[in-house]
Parts: sequence; structure tokens; C-alpha cells
Amino acid sequence: MEKILQIKDLELSFNTFGGEVKAIRGVNFDLYKGETLAIVGESGSGKSVTSKSIMRLLPESSAEFKNGEILFGGKDLTKLSDKEMQKIRGKEISMIFQDPMTSLNPTMPIGKQITEPLLKHQKISKPEARKVAIDLLRLVGMPKPELRMKQYPHQFSGGQRQRIVIAISLACNPQILIADEPTTALDVTIQAQILELMKDLQKKIDTSIIFITHDLGVVANVADRVAVMYGGKIVEIGTVDEIFYNPQHPYTWGLLSSMPSLDTDESKLYTIPGTPPDLLDPPKGDAFALRSEYAMKIDMEMDAPFFKISDTHKAATWLLHPDAPQVEPPLSVIERMKKFPGSRYYEGSAN
Amino acid sequence: MARYIGKRMFYMLITLILIATFTFFLMKILPGSPIASADRLSPEQRAIVEASYGLDRPLPVQYFDYMFGLVQGDLGVSINQFKGAPVTDIILNRIGPSAQIGFQGMLFGTIIGILFGMIAAVKQNSWIDYTSTTVAIIGISIPSFVFASLLQYWLAVEWQLFPVAFWKDGFMSSVLPSLALAMFPLATAARFIRSEMIEVLGSDYITLAKAKGASGSEIAFKHAFRNALIPLITVLGPMAVSILTGSLVVEQIFAIPGIGEQFVTSIIVQDFSIIMGTTMFFSIFLILVILLVDILYGVIDPRIRLSGGKN
Repeated sequence: MEKILQIKDLELSFNTFGGEVKAIRGVNFDLYKGETLAIVGESGSGKSVTSKSIMRLLPESSAEFKNGEILFGGKDLTKLSDKEMQKIRGKEISMIFQDPMTSLNPTMPIGKQITEPLLKHQKISKPEARKVAIDLLRLVGMPKPELRMKQYPHQFSGGQRQRIVIAISLACNPQILIADEPTTALDVTIQAQILELMKDLQKKIDTSIIFITHDLGVVANVADRVAVMYGGKIVEIGTVDEIFYNPQHPYTWGLLSSMPSLDTDESKLYTIPGTPPDLLDPPKGDAFALRSEYAMKIDMEMDAPFFKISDTHKAATWLLHPDAPQVEPPLSVIERMKKFPGSRYYEGSAN
Repeated sequence: MARYIGKRMFYMLITLILIATFTFFLMKILPGSPIASADRLSPEQRAIVEASYGLDRPLPVQYFDYMFGLVQGDLGVSINQFKGAPVTDIILNRIGPSAQIGFQGMLFGTIIGILFGMIAAVKQNSWIDYTSTTVAIIGISIPSFVFASLLQYWLAVEWQLFPVAFWKDGFMSSVLPSLALAMFPLATAARFIRSEMIEVLGSDYITLAKAKGASGSEIAFKHAFRNALIPLITVLGPMAVSILTGSLVVEQIFAIPGIGEQFVTSIIVQDFSIIMGTTMFFSIFLILVILLVDILYGVIDPRIRLSGGKN
């Protein structure tokens, strides 16, 4: 498959009064044409910063690329000038934000907000742009689009506003769409509608999607591949099935165990103990070691490299080293692994 | 919208009646009278003069007479300053120069102030930002008559670019007083726009605009500016009024035959009907400006479109 975006050894820091916050500490991943890659992790894991750094939307005054490159269309996005970046934003790569209530300009009619990227990036006239905008609104499922072009954001509901934001992001047929927790601020029924819409649209327009979320239920629903981030690094990456049914990193275990499901009969939901690491002063070894019951001595000393589990699946944990002792994942994870051909707990297709 | 304005007009009328009543009785309570200073009049002569202006009648009669005239747009006649001249004419003769320097000062000050504030917000913590902040502090803390004197000294006396005073050279005469008046709105606009722009520039829809590929100036002017205007017009409306009424010091310094200068003189000689007339004039002006500001809110921000009409 064709690689559309490559992120190599990306390191990014924020210069704050307290010192240098190492928000991204060596991130590597590729994005293939037409796929949906989900990046999951808890707050502060660096998932949003990674996505914003691709668009270069972080405050120039404090965010600083320390190392690595973001390769897109033969160019390193970390080195482009602001002018060159403006030609890519909204045209080649576009973005959907978390809170639809605040991401539209309250004093501008939505028609104008949708036609803005069209008029900016494509050589078309205003009436043509208007036509495209109406088509886009129809595409995202907005009833009576002609009438609604003149309306302002406050005349739409949260779900409708997110549809408008999606219409804006799709205006110029971008190659990459970054969705930064697009359903987090919506209630559950609307969430499902927006996810359906995004899946539907992807089939129609063949855009690659980077889907940032902390909601594993959403990931299972939309993603082809999943990258799990922790403490500014990717700790495990693989296909959806590999991450959900054959996870290898203790952090992924923790995430999956703390996800409520219909067949757990325990009354108490598991939570990962402790708090995320302080990236002002990141720990020496594996950032998750201090919260992990599976941590070994070496985890405190050295960060684990990636170990390959399959062609598409790799995880950064010393547990995969040939010399490491065999450990039992949590029960709920074993239950999952029983369903995955190739995992060591596979029981066949019994039911 | 029309219904809303109609309702507001009704309340404005009530406000004006209250102001007129209050001012009328306040004037009557005050010691002295317009003809008190005319010592040489014998009691008989005094009675004749009072009778000719209707001042001998009982207070309620005078009040209703005045109010009746007011409703018809008749502000009465001057008692001692311009003996018998209609107050409406006196105000209309004087309003021109005041309105001109006030309008020019407001316009110049607001536009430059907005530009200063916008640049300061976009280039936050740069030398431009610090310069504009310093200008804003100076403009707010130094009274306009100090600027007026400094402008007179440098631009008129030293460099002789503009006339020092008097209202004889048309526009040229209006430049210095306008500049002196412009400092306060300039400083205020710069301060308000800067802080509001900084807040707006940090909001999500600005990030989205950036993500669409908008350039820095497009973001500042097309997206941020309109959203940063609300707090500014809130203060600009009443300020416009206070600049016209408060320009009396500047009018004195530049010897401009304006309404502010007229107002002060009338108070000194206790010309009751001119004071009343000018007060009513300022009140109507202020109330209209407040209405205008309320309508502007809705024009600028669709979320506060006024109730009373559909859409």
C-alpha cells in the first residue's frame, strides 16, 4: 500500500516558564492511503499534540521541533515556511476539532465558512463555491442546505455543527483528514451518527484519516489500525484486531481492562493506578513502568525498543524479549486473546 | 426589529420626561435667578421682566408650560444671555463646530486605536505591542487639555503648521482640537481591542480558520476583528457623547464657539432656559447613541439579535 504520510523520530517540546516539556519523545508511524489510523491514549499522552504538529497548528512561540521529520508529498512539513504550510492546510490536510460548539466562527454565516477554503485553494468563482458548499452540506446530511447557508452557527445543534465542520474539512478533497476527538463533546446518539457519517464519507472520497480519541469503543468502530500512545511515545501499534484481541504492552492491557463491556459481571471497573508521567522531567526507562505491575528492573533503566509480533503489529515492551519471563495478562485480556488466532491463548472457533 | 425599536422609543420618551422634570425643579430649587444679578432694577422693573418671561406664575404652571413647549420642540427663549433669542437657534448655531471636532476626533482616535490594538495583539510582546500599550496608558492618564496645550505649542507656535486658536480657517482650525480629543478614544480603543483580540485569537474557531489555510491577516481581519468588537462599541457609544459634551475644556483652549463653551457660560450667568435646552439636547443624544449601540450589537453578533421581531 502507498504510504501517504511518514512520521520519523518526531520529537517536540514546549518551552514553558517551568522548563522544557517533552510532549512528543520519538514518534514513528506511517499512514497509508485510504486507511483510518486511530491514535489512542489518555489525556497528556501526546496524541493531540502529534496531530496538531502535522498541521503545524501549535503556538510557534512555545512549540519547538527537536528532531525527526514529517514527510508528506516529498516534503518535510517541519521545515516548511508558514506560507507554504498555508497552501497545505485545508487543501491537502485538513482537520476536525473536538468541540463543535466553539470551532465555528459565531459571527460568520456558515455558508461563508464553508466556501472560505474553496475560494482560498481552488480557482473557482463565488457562485461555483456556493454550489460546492451546498453539495457538501447535502453530503454530510444537512437538510435544506440552500436555506441554511445564510444561517449562523448558533442556529444549529451540536451534531449539526460537527457536520458543518466535517463539510469544511472535506471542501478541497484533502488527502489526509485529522479528526481530533471529533465525537468527544457530543452525546452518545449523535456520536454514533457522526461516526456513521465519517465511515460513509471515507468510502465515498477515499481520504486517509487519523482519528484521535481516548474512547476505545469508537476505535473499534472506525479504525483499520491503532497506535497506542503513552508519555509522548507510541507503545504499541497494530491492526484493530491485533490491538483488541492480541495486545502485548501492559499499558494496552490496562486500557482494555478499564473498558466496560457487556459481558463483564464484575461490579467494579478496573482503573490503571497512578498518574501519567510528568513530561517536564520524563522517567528514565519505560514511562509506564511506575504504574505497571509487570515492570521489571530493566524497565526502570532503559526504554524498550519495538519488538515485532507480526508484519503489522509491534510493541515496545521488554516482556517480548526472548529472555523475559512469561507473564499472565489480566483475566479480561486473556478472555479477549482466546478469540484471536495466533495468540497464545487461542481456543479455536469454539463458539 | 421595528417593534423592538418602537418599544425602546417609548421608554426613551419616559426617560426624557423624567430628565426634563428633574432638571426643571433642580434649577428652581437653586438659589439665584437669571435676573438676580441685575442689581440696578427696581422691584417694579424686576416684576415686569419676570412677568415678560412668565417667571411670576406659580411653579406648576411654569412646569406644564415648559413641558408643553418641549413636546412641540420649543425649548423657550434665552433670558439674560441673548435676551429673547430662541434656545433652539442658539444650540443649532453652536452645535456645528462641536460636532465637527468631536466627530473627527472620535473617528480618527477609534480607527488608529483599533489598528494599534490589532497589531499589538497579533504581535504580542513585541516592541510594537509595548509601544501601543505605552501610548494607551499615556492617552488614558493624561487629560485632553494637556495634549491640547502641547499640540498648540509644538504644531501651532513652534512649527506653525496649524492656527493656534479660533474658528476661522475651516478644517485647518479643527485639526488640533480634534487631535486633542482623539487621544482618549484612541487609547481606549487600543486597550480594549488588544485584550479582546488576544482572547479571540486563542479560541477554537481561529484554530479552525488556520487549519483551513487562512493567512495571518485574513485571520485577524476576517475572523477575529468582528468578534473582538462588542466590548469596544459598548464603551465607544457613551464616550462619543462625553467627547461632545466634555469638549468644553478643549473648546475653551482653542476658543471654539462650540456648545460646550456655550453651556459653561450659561451656567455661570444662570440662563435657565439655555441650561435646560442644552441638557435636554445632550440627553436625547445620549439616549439615541445607546439605542444605536444596542442595534449595532445585533448587527455585529448575530447571537444577540434583538427580540421583538422574527429573525
